[in-house]
Amino acid sequence: MSLTRHDVENIAHLARLAISEAQLPVYVDSLSKILSFVEQLNAADTAAVEPMAHPLAAQVQRMRPDEVLDADQHEKYQRNAPSVAAGLYLVPKVIE
Amino acid sequence: MSDLHRLTLAELNEGLRARRFSSVELARHFLARIERFNPALNAFITVTREQALAAAQKADELIASGEAPPLAGLPLVHKDIFCTDGVLTTCGSRMLSNFVAPYDATVVERLKQAGVVMLGKTNMDEFAMGSSNENSWYGPVRNPWDPKKVPGGSSGGSAAAVAARIAPAGTGTDTGGSIRQPAALTGITGFKPTYGRVSRYGMIAFASSLDQAGVLTRTVRDAAMLLAQMAGFDPRDSTSVDTPVPDFVGGLEQPLVGLKVGLLKEFFEKGLDVESGKLIREALRLYEKLGAKLIEVSLPNLPLSVPTYYVVAPAECSSNLSRFDATRFGYRCENPVDLMDLYKRSRGEGFGDEVKRRIMTGTYVLSAGYYDAYYLKAQKVRRLITDDFARAFKEVDVLMGPTSPTPAFDIGAKVDDPVTMYLNDIYTIGANLAGLPGVSMPCGQSGGLPVGLQVIGPHFSEGKLFNVAHAYQRETEWHKQTPRGYE
Repeated sequence: MSLTRHDVENIAHLARLAISEAQLPVYVDSLSKILSFVEQLNAADTAAVEPMAHPLAAQVQRMRPDEVLDADQHEKYQRNAPSVAAGLYLVPKVIE
Repeated sequence: MSDLHRLTLAELNEGLRARRFSSVELARHFLARIERFNPALNAFITVTREQALAAAQKADELIASGEAPPLAGLPLVHKDIFCTDGVLTTCGSRMLSNFVAPYDATVVERLKQAGVVMLGKTNMDEFAMGSSNENSWYGPVRNPWDPKKVPGGSSGGSAAAVAARIAPAGTGTDTGGSIRQPAALTGITGFKPTYGRVSRYGMIAFASSLDQAGVLTRTVRDAAMLLAQMAGFDPRDSTSVDTPVPDFVGGLEQPLVGLKVGLLKEFFEKGLDVESGKLIREALRLYEKLGAKLIEVSLPNLPLSVPTYYVVAPAECSSNLSRFDATRFGYRCENPVDLMDLYKRSRGEGFGDEVKRRIMTGTYVLSAGYYDAYYLKAQKVRRLITDDFARAFKEVDVLMGPTSPTPAFDIGAKVDDPVTMYLNDIYTIGANLAGLPGVSMPCGQSGGLPVGLQVIGPHFSEGKLFNVAHAYQRETEWHKQTPRGYE
């Protein structure tokens, strides 16, 4: 599998990653190599195999009653935010 | 007491209880060693000197009162992937270079309750993605056995710290070998429990169906002591398994007579360093002398574990790392023109090359038109590999083989070719895909560098693994080898 420059630009956009002009060809090359490498998987006969999402067959996602267990600590949590005002996270204007 | 760093965790525990030295003395001793040796090793991202001395003081008071918890006063380091309340938690990334965790991970909380004294947070491959510790925003960690060599990864900082005796033990995480491989490359013991045995709460997620916390120690006994405190059900991790934790330390001395050891045929084929192969076979002969029976087993789908992993892990990583949106925490770029620019530049600048490569690989294999061909296919092969292990464990109690195809390699040797780097994990990834526990311990040296013997067991067989691995360390001295200059 060989990716084009356009493919990588599209993937980077989907992943919300800015990739510099200088780095683009490096990613075209390394991502193509990785995809070629994983194509070995085609050698395995998986026609009758169920896909496996996690390792513990017996494990099911637990449910719990919808109760508040944590105290309000938003001030503590917001200390890590790049930009906050009046308890709100600030981002560039989204709606004109 | 200038030789405190030579003692194992179990010996330090005994000495503390017998009041031969205090926890404050211990903390000061190791902090002094960190100060002396860390500039060359770069094993730490943060040293928590003041907190360590305060915690040690408190531990000494508890010991004096006779009501000390089981590990009171023992120093330890945490991989910087575990959230530590009020302490910088970077995950080796520029993205989290300003992140002060607002709570403790369950692993950190439980060890704190058990009385351990955190000395600091250790360096690691960014977001645990790497096998050499060269992918850290904070620079590579150096191997104490040879500063030109990598210590392995991604828990390279914890491994180097324990190997250099600047910390008696460290926590780590293992998604594709990130505890076992660095333990092998630095000549120490690394233990990865069963998926679901130790809570993942507060452990920054890389690939959620593979990530598992464990320990890096000098001895198997020390690993058993720590895991006994870390393991067990946690309602805050939805994949934590509610099953009793056996007495790991109490089961260490069981005889091995009649133990059926499977030799993984696929692990001794092409690509294995010749000297490493010889050492592993010697270790197997010792197990035979101890009463074990060796049986060759084949896991025909195992050679596909690396390509399977490099679809599944990036897919999960691309999803997990989408939380880094430069809004609620983490790095934010300068002067974003709009929200899209904020996302893209913050993530582009905040993540390193390998992390971006895996996010993009994952995005691609999950994207419309490619999902079935890559992601679903890999999930099916994952089942084939898991079934191979299950079949093997009907015949044998444990599987043995090398941990890593070669001893530690040169810093810079593999950075330009991701696929070559990925193949370092060829012997470790299978256990992650199947969720199995595994341990690596030193079994000799090849060209002056440590070689690791790996033991893998069925789900929740940690007690058996500790028993089997400890039997080897009772008969050998390899785990006592110390790199020159760090004695």
